Amino acid sequence: MDPLLLLEQAFNGLQFGVMLFLIAAGLTLVFGIMDLVNLAHGALVMIGAYLATTLVAWTDSFILGMILALPATFAVGALVEIVALRTLYRRDHLDQVLATFGLILFFNEVVRIIWGPISLYSGLPDYLSGHVEIIPGAPYPVFRLLIIAVGLAVAAVIYFIVAHTRLGMLIRAGASNNEMVGALGVNIKTLFTFVFALGAVFAGLAGMMLGPLTSVEPGMGEPLLILAFVVIIIGGIGSIRGAFIAAIIVGMSDTMGRVLLPVLLRAFVSDAAADTAGPALASMLIYILMAAILVVRPRGLFPARTG
Amino acid sequence: MSKHKLAQTIGLAAGLAAGLTFAATASMAETVKVGFITTLSGPAGIIGKPMKNAFELGLDHIGGRLGGMDTEIIYGDDKRKPDVAKQLVNKMIKRDRVHFVSGIIWSNLLMAVHGTVTRSNTFLISSNAGPSPVAGKKCSKDFFNVAFQNDMMPEGMGKYMTEKKIDNVYIMAPNYQAGKDMLKGFKRMFNGKIVGEVYTKLGQKDYQAEISALRAAKPTAVFIFLPGGMGINFVKQYAQAGLSSQIPLYSAYTVDAISLPALKDAAVGTFGVQHWSPDLGNSVNRRFVADYRKKYGKTPPFYAAQAYDTVMFLDTAIRNAGGISDRAKLRAAMRAGDFPTTRGTFKFNNNHFPVQNIYLREAVKEADGSYVTKTRGVILSAHGDAYAKSCGMKW
Repeated sequence: MDPLLLLEQAFNGLQFGVMLFLIAAGLTLVFGIMDLVNLAHGALVMIGAYLATTLVAWTDSFILGMILALPATFAVGALVEIVALRTLYRRDHLDQVLATFGLILFFNEVVRIIWGPISLYSGLPDYLSGHVEIIPGAPYPVFRLLIIAVGLAVAAVIYFIVAHTRLGMLIRAGASNNEMVGALGVNIKTLFTFVFALGAVFAGLAGMMLGPLTSVEPGMGEPLLILAFVVIIIGGIGSIRGAFIAAIIVGMSDTMGRVLLPVLLRAFVSDAAADTAGPALASMLIYILMAAILVVRPRGLFPARTG
Repeated sequence: MSKHKLAQTIGLAAGLAAGLTFAATASMAETVKVGFITTLSGPAGIIGKPMKNAFELGLDHIGGRLGGMDTEIIYGDDKRKPDVAKQLVNKMIKRDRVHFVSGIIWSNLLMAVHGTVTRSNTFLISSNAGPSPVAGKKCSKDFFNVAFQNDMMPEGMGKYMTEKKIDNVYIMAPNYQAGKDMLKGFKRMFNGKIVGEVYTKLGQKDYQAEISALRAAKPTAVFIFLPGGMGINFVKQYAQAGLSSQIPLYSAYTVDAISLPALKDAAVGTFGVQHWSPDLGNSVNRRFVADYRKKYGKTPPFYAAQAYDTVMFLDTAIRNAGGISDRAKLRAAMRAGDFPTTRGTFKFNNNHFPVQNIYLREAVKEADGSYVTKTRGVILSAHGDAYAKSCGMKW
């Protein structure tokens, strides 16, 4: 296969990977620090996408709409934490799963009532719908490059916050032993609300950037949520660094698997069999990968030291 | 928390999330009862709604009386789920005692109810789904299809591209039965070289990786079957990748009045195949399209035209048979296929599937800013499906 095509596919994989990282970052923080299994995280992706689509239409400016959607998603995240999730921290994981599953149904229905059941399709402004020829002969969409840039920038910001700020210190401390952090006089309630809302913003940001590429519709976050769970399990629950590396691994292997497996299989079996088995195998690839990694490292690649 | 328990919880969590992405009496015989089952809720409701609208418009046009008889329509929402469709059919046959079941959109749903309906002395009229098994060996005297057989459109496209001497074609469809049938139908009538045959995941939303691979294969043209939201996403991303001006895109069941309002300029200039188009010049179609636009403010998709034709088909057959009590007479009247159709010409094959024209359609932008498909010629005239010969029915 052409090395330039491989390079282009690597870009595609990277773009998918950073998108997954944005979703997984919040999920792993909430899981690692608050010990909360949040199935409704995918709903926050959807909320972000809907808010952005609406605000872009209202303000008639793509950038302004996107920027306004960030604090709006933060507010929704904070509200969900205060109203619904606060009471769940001391409960069993099973209770949390059931309650947050209920939240998914709630949010999907709310979205249906407000925006209707039909998918929304939004476009890109002219200045973002061009292409750059970074690889000779393969013009790459500017917006997808922007997604990669934003994703990497957010990863750097999260890394900086977690590793080099007082807030990050509290987050890390909370991940190891949140009762001790509370006993030391830190307002753990506010910290939790802030961390949850921050995770919501990252998830919402992923949804916002996904909107113009695909469609905005009820339940759009759930398929991504499953992948995000795979990411945090591979990366090690509670680890931002793990989530980043795992997201890139999952994004790359899913993209490469989709395009390379059918081609590789054709070398061994008949074309018809390769066409059938290739896509099927490609969609299983990341789960096989997850199982393999868990055999070698049962707690993921970079397990956070939880108590 | 124990690791074991954590693993269990995550397993349950993933399972829950995965589940979510996928969730008479004697005197009454004088009333014609039709069960109209279609998909009205969920993302696929964008197809069911226009079908129901067009069915109601058809009833308006005949004064609400099929064949001049008292008529009762019972609507059902199958939610695009085979089990729900089957429950609805059972209820309609046993409790409502309907004489006809119609409206089903999806091939897999039609397959699920086909046996139940045809075994119970009830007529099943497909106003969209046309799976190959019931066109071939499993054809039935009580099943009529007034829409199409799945393979017809890709066959038309294969023939057109062969005639145009378009070589080096890249073809793509979702990895499920209808997707394979479509590409099989295309290859049945396409004689040129195929440089790539790709099956994508059903319901896939991001096609960037496939688009990169497609460009690298340097095809002269691309043929896709990606119905509904899949097609909207693909065509949009194809345009975003700057390919629509470089490699012409040909499609079946992808660019229509449902996807065009979302696709807009991204689809303009692409060619498709269909057995109907809003600009067909016959008088029935002109009236249908004008009244549909007036009543619902939108251009009807081909699904709607089929639902309208279903009303005309039932109306004409019941009138010509003089009622619904003599089933043999009614069946003979249905087989005549002489109803006023939006397609201009229509005839039934021995397997009760249509023999009809297949048109080339181009997506264009109108002067008033709306997006429609325009007929660009007949590719196959009076075209019958490839499975009719394996159907044993003679009449």
